[in-house]
Amino acid sequence: MSFLAITDLDVRLRDSGQRLLRDVSLDVAKGQVHGLVGESGAGKSMIGKAILDVLPRSVEIAGGRITLGDTDLTALDPKARRHELGQRTALIPQDPLTALNPARRIGGQITDRLTRVLGWDKSRADARAMELLDEVQIADPARVMTSYPHELSGGMRQRVLIAAAFAAEPELIIADEPTTALDVTVQKQILKMIAAMQAAHNTTMLFVTHDLGVVARVCQRVSVLYAGHVVEDADIRTLLSVPGHPYSQALLSATPRYDDPGASLRPVPQSVIDATRAEAEARDV
Amino acid sequence: MAEGAVIRRRTPLRLWLSAGWLTLFFLAALFAGPLSPQDPLAQDLLFERLPPFWASGAEPGFFLGTDSLGRDVLSRLIHGAQIAAIVALVAGFGSCLIGTTLGLIAGYYRGWVDQVISRVVDVWMSFPAVLFAILLIAVIGTGLTSVIVAIIVIDWTRFCRVVRAETMAQARMDYVDSARIAGFSRAQTLWREVFPNVLPVIIAVLTLEMGIAIVVEAILSFVNLSISTDDPTWGGMIAEGRLSIHQAWWVLVFPMITLFLTVLSFTQLGEALRMRFDPVLR
Repeated sequence: MSFLAITDLDVRLRDSGQRLLRDVSLDVAKGQVHGLVGESGAGKSMIGKAILDVLPRSVEIAGGRITLGDTDLTALDPKARRHELGQRTALIPQDPLTALNPARRIGGQITDRLTRVLGWDKSRADARAMELLDEVQIADPARVMTSYPHELSGGMRQRVLIAAAFAAEPELIIADEPTTALDVTVQKQILKMIAAMQAAHNTTMLFVTHDLGVVARVCQRVSVLYAGHVVEDADIRTLLSVPGHPYSQALLSATPRYDDPGASLRPVPQSVIDATRAEAEARDV
Repeated sequence: MAEGAVIRRRTPLRLWLSAGWLTLFFLAALFAGPLSPQDPLAQDLLFERLPPFWASGAEPGFFLGTDSLGRDVLSRLIHGAQIAAIVALVAGFGSCLIGTTLGLIAGYYRGWVDQVISRVVDVWMSFPAVLFAILLIAVIGTGLTSVIVAIIVIDWTRFCRVVRAETMAQARMDYVDSARIAGFSRAQTLWREVFPNVLPVIIAVLTLEMGIAIVVEAILSFVNLSISTDDPTWGGMIAEGRLSIHQAWWVLVFPMITLFLTVLSFTQLGEALRMRFDPVLR
């Protein structure tokens, strides 16, 4: 039984009507980590934004349904949807530089949701925030709580964002390229931390990334996106060993191999791109 | 990064000078009555065109000399400061309030609201400002209130433009999305998340605007469209001093220096405040 279900989601530009997502369907079971891979511009982040109802103003949902548990989010009015999302979902954003408000202290930014959506009082929320900062292995939580974002390093900011995402025990977390903006050395730590937190809290997670290595590490199922539609949806073992779609095959063989450093990089062939695009357009009636 | 490694920048000398001059300016404005050695309006034809204190022929009690009607220049400067301060504060805050509100709304909500506000700003700014002011005063009549209203009506666009651009830049940041996901309404997000980050820019423009308001008031009193000619305004003094430049240069030069230093100080302070309030530069 799927927990997050996206059915035939269409997203298009308001002005030109150009489709950015075509008939996207996804099913994520409770407690699973579902990967969303594809090159830039494929529409990975757009899916996350559509679920969280923070699409850019120039873009609109033209069709399809998004359900979370038993709730059809697309059927709710905006205010009810906002409330539902606030209680049940959270986001780990891509860029820790812009994801924290530079004018506010860290503490308030973690406790926002606890005090606002769950109605906790300040001291209880502060205690919980300290606990979470401890959980993401921040050495001096009390000091970080009263710091401003610019006083922290990139890795620490990303930890703060992870703590903030898990703060209100959301049922679904959307991780939008959470390690892309970080140093390679920090990436691995952060990835481990996200995986550990996800397991400990049994949170369902949609993990958006362009990095198949990351997918292999944390996800159980993967959807491969190209030009706004899902070309393949498979569990991680199947995708990595016997990818079904030519685009997935090409994407996989384009990944640099650490076990064969001499091999030259193989970009996704133009023929595969053309074929995949044609396939996408054929659906676009 | 760690252990409160706050970089302390030395406050530059020009900032101290600016702050000092503005303190003097506001003190003069606040206590114009007791501070003035003479009655700024008292004419005395026996004492006309007395030179400043260092020149021969100066009279004690008239430090900066007198004008062609025998009125004390220093006392008139001090009372002029009062009018300048009122204009700077009221017109500055007035235009700030209107411009900032509209700029925040346009920059955050975008869409047709932004279209309307931005087009109005474009049209507004295409009028030459001083001509616009003169026209306005001609319609609503002269007087201190009219001057202030005219400045607000003209200069709100300055705030609107800058605040709109900054709001748009801030609204693209991920933290705005995060706030929305955390359940804040649009209005709450704008006020609690975006506004504090736009504030440094607002303060900088506000300080700048105070200087500009003083200049505009001086221009309007120069062309005799501000308050009544008897009341001492810096612009009015410059206008009068112009006529007797060859006999009594001090009547022209002192108000000009005062005006110049005041506007310069406001500009300097505005820039410094922006640096101070910007959390990234702080």
